[in-house]
Amino acid sequence: MVSFFSNLINGLSLGSIYAIIAIGYTMVYGIAKMLNFAHGDIIMIGAYIAFSVITSLGLPTGLGILAAILGCMVLGICIEKIAYRPLRGAGSSLAVLITAIGVSYFLQNTALLIFGSNPKMFTPIIPFKYMTVKIGEFSFQTISAISIVVGIILVILLQTFINRTKWGQGMLACAQDRGAASLMGISVNGTISLTFAIGSAMAGIAGVLLCSAYPTLSPYTGAMPGIKAFVAAVFGGIGSIPGAMVGGLLLGVIEILSKSYISSQLSDAIVFAVLIVVLLVKPTGLMGKKIQEKV
Amino acid sequence: MMMKKMMSAALAAALAVGMLSVPAMADGTFKIGAIGPLTGGAANYGLGVVNGAQIAVDEINEAGGIAGAQIEYKYEDDELDSEKSVNAYNTLKDWDMQILVGSTTSGCSIAVSEKTKADNMFQLTPSGSAQDCTKYDNVFRVCFSDPNQGKASAVYIGDHQLAEKVGIIYDSSGVYSSGIEMTFEAEAANQGFEIAVKEAFTADSNTDFSSQLQKCKDAGVDLIFLPIYYTQAGTILTQAAMMGVEATFFGCDGLDGMLDMDNFNKELAEGVMLLTPFVADAEDEKTQSFVGKYQEAYGVTPNQFAADSYDAIYTIKAAIEDAGATPDMSVSDLCEAIKASMLKIEMEGLTGTITWTADGEPTKDPKAMVIRDGVYTAAE
Repeated sequence: MVSFFSNLINGLSLGSIYAIIAIGYTMVYGIAKMLNFAHGDIIMIGAYIAFSVITSLGLPTGLGILAAILGCMVLGICIEKIAYRPLRGAGSSLAVLITAIGVSYFLQNTALLIFGSNPKMFTPIIPFKYMTVKIGEFSFQTISAISIVVGIILVILLQTFINRTKWGQGMLACAQDRGAASLMGISVNGTISLTFAIGSAMAGIAGVLLCSAYPTLSPYTGAMPGIKAFVAAVFGGIGSIPGAMVGGLLLGVIEILSKSYISSQLSDAIVFAVLIVVLLVKPTGLMGKKIQEKV
Repeated sequence: MMMKKMMSAALAAALAVGMLSVPAMADGTFKIGAIGPLTGGAANYGLGVVNGAQIAVDEINEAGGIAGAQIEYKYEDDELDSEKSVNAYNTLKDWDMQILVGSTTSGCSIAVSEKTKADNMFQLTPSGSAQDCTKYDNVFRVCFSDPNQGKASAVYIGDHQLAEKVGIIYDSSGVYSSGIEMTFEAEAANQGFEIAVKEAFTADSNTDFSSQLQKCKDAGVDLIFLPIYYTQAGTILTQAAMMGVEATFFGCDGLDGMLDMDNFNKELAEGVMLLTPFVADAEDEKTQSFVGKYQEAYGVTPNQFAADSYDAIYTIKAAIEDAGATPDMSVSDLCEAIKASMLKIEMEGLTGTITWTADGEPTKDPKAMVIRDGVYTAAE
């Protein structure tokens, strides 16, 4: 029983990281209606920025996190402007998808060029001796608790922003019908830039949290967690921000439990099998909205 | 008609030139070539090999060469691509290479061995550790093969009674890791310990190791065997510290390099053991002199690849001297002579005292190292 709860806690720890990545993923998809496959690599860049500021320059941790958020924000806006915007009118959403994969490779190789292939060890944002909290027989990683709390705060903030502010309403309008939104005087390009800025800022936060929990930082650090988080976002219902949170946590728990009780080699297969079953039963994901076909 | 005649004359001339270049150069030097990835992600390995060999060549030439004959040395880049490795081999052959040190990595070495076999050229790979690297009789290696590392680790753990219950965490998607794991497990059956936990991860799930570590913790293992690369080992050590796993960690040469990771918290590695043929911090005179020369010439600390390659050049020297071979012998005759001598010589190298068997495998005692206060020290 003790080991079951330990596994559950480990699952939540992993899930909390997936969740925080998935929120950024799903937000960009929900508004811009495109899969930004480079999201995982923006996370990696964010982690490198934080690493450079905190470890190489020796500045305070808070400044490092801020630099990661701002750096990713600028990066996100630039990527959108240079790589995605020119293709937006091209008609085929496939073109943007392929470009996103290209951007992902571009970021990985740029990091390889600048930082080299030798992995770096990220200094966690909390001191080592506070890394775990012991309650009786269980130990809980502080960073997971922080991730979950930060995740919940972000979900609430984003939901409020989208539903209560003018910019947020603009985003919803763009998501629904870009043509009509621009007729209503909403700047579609500006709104999508803003979406990318917020989504990438989340990637910056996710990068710091990811590397605090799993400290090995290399140019490929973001790739696999990025894909897993994408699965989490689909699992929870892509486009739904609370769904991404729930999907991420569930995915982490399923992954760890199947590793522990079924097979450590088959865990990925099991995770994806669960995803298929969920999508068969509920095609829009756990918390996805039903899309009404317009006639 | 005229055209035809000219063509055939030209062809005949080309043929004659071609034939002239076939015999090895009789100018009194041994021509040794090296191949490795000098650019790209594996550049550290290839640079180690070509630079380590360069230092050995310079030393030998300064001391009068091999039985009076100087060494000419040339290297080519293969960018970790087996096709380019074969091209590099052809380039070196055009230069009249007689002996090959390389390729650096397993895949490239296997590809090139098809060519050296056809040409019957003596090939000595410093670091190609996959089993197939030495499948032909003209190919020998300096490093341990992957399977041998697993066996040696199991024997070491058994002999020194390091543990009663052992856990294994390995990468089932990598040849290196799964190769070592297999022979470790086979040899463990003959040793006085039990493998209580055997858990895998793959290249796609190498971020989180909490469930594997949890199983080791639940089973109460004394030692966790990590036949993996240091990138993942860094994460495993961090997570183990957070989860309070109190076992000794034991790895192979893949863990070498861990302490060089940027910003690595060396406290985490305290007490980690590894079997490796070479560590730059070793105190013996030979290692010290090599490391000093290498640092002076290239500004970095040499890795195991450099040491293996340094030993490769000295091995060739020892074998040539034993055989009484001369630079004017043909590539094939030279190969036969060296091959016979390889089985007779005993090399006192940087990476230990080495002897070879006919299947190209080296026999040497791996050195066990333990990390204390952030440096490698000899175990025991």
